[in-house]
Amino acid sequence: MDAILKSVSEAQLRDDVPKFEAGDTVRVHVRVVEGEKERIQLFEGVVIQRRGPGIHATFTVRKISTGGVGVERIFPLHTPRIAKIEVLRRGKVRRSKIYYLRDLRGRAARITERR
Amino acid sequence: MLGLIGKKIGMTQAFDDAEMLVPVTVLEVVPCPIVQIKNRDSDGYLALRIGYDEIRSNRLNRADQGVFKKAGVNPHRGLAEFRVDDVSEYAIGETLNVSMFEAGEVVDITARSKGRGFQGGVKRHGFRGGPKTHGQSDRHRAPGSIGQSSNPSRVFKGMRMAGHMGDEQVTVRGLKVVSVDTDQNLLLLKGAVPGGKGATVVIEKRN
Repeated sequence: MDAILKSVSEAQLRDDVPKFEAGDTVRVHVRVVEGEKERIQLFEGVVIQRRGPGIHATFTVRKISTGGVGVERIFPLHTPRIAKIEVLRRGKVRRSKIYYLRDLRGRAARITERR
Repeated sequence: MLGLIGKKIGMTQAFDDAEMLVPVTVLEVVPCPIVQIKNRDSDGYLALRIGYDEIRSNRLNRADQGVFKKAGVNPHRGLAEFRVDDVSEYAIGETLNVSMFEAGEVVDITARSKGRGFQGGVKRHGFRGGPKTHGQSDRHRAPGSIGQSSNPSRVFKGMRMAGHMGDEQVTVRGLKVVSVDTDQNLLLLKGAVPGGKGATVVIEKRN
């Protein structure tokens, strides 16, 4: 029965998701539907977590908005609302959920690049 | 109303037409043959009798075998009946399948809920229990007063108390069909359905 359950969601999984993990900086191209019109909105920031298996998978992107206000957005990984995910920079972090970033600002919130 | 019998496979998530991730219950609905058509003359009402869950004939008693033999249909574990307004477009031996449902349609689901065993008033009836502090002891999940004093000197019938919960027939109305898979005979409904995985559920169309 679990195999059937898996097959149901498999068809909706995206196969164009790039490899990225917590600490990476990404630019998410979000399709915004306003009535008839549709446009692309960019959301750029650091991935602070990835969670969930299969269709349930989500990731959280944190960016520092104007005025130094932290903004976090949680995306379902396989949502058709995302046009594209660009990985801009790979970050070197030691844990899979970097929530501690929320308590840091400015220079302290920098993440060294991974090569 | 016209409906079908299915089996609960489990729950997952799916993206709906609005591209939103919604919780869905997956039901497997194997095509069901019409075994008998009830009519006004001999039965007094109009209905379709269908069989579900095919099995070997030696698993049924002689009486039940006879029902399927008469209809010329393979033996099935159970029978279910659905009232319809017009039986003229159906014939015995025909099968009904998931294609009778379409995405966006609203259906009612009837099934047996999971047994919860003997449960207290807090879980069973949503009682609030007692205060957690201010010197309370052994009162945290107590039901409180169950009646008056010497008049009437008894507890009224039907007073909600602790007892057996679950394992009863539950109908959930107004579940939306997210999608229909006619190849795999699957029906995806938005929301939860009573019973555990493998539970037999009745899916009814509504008008």
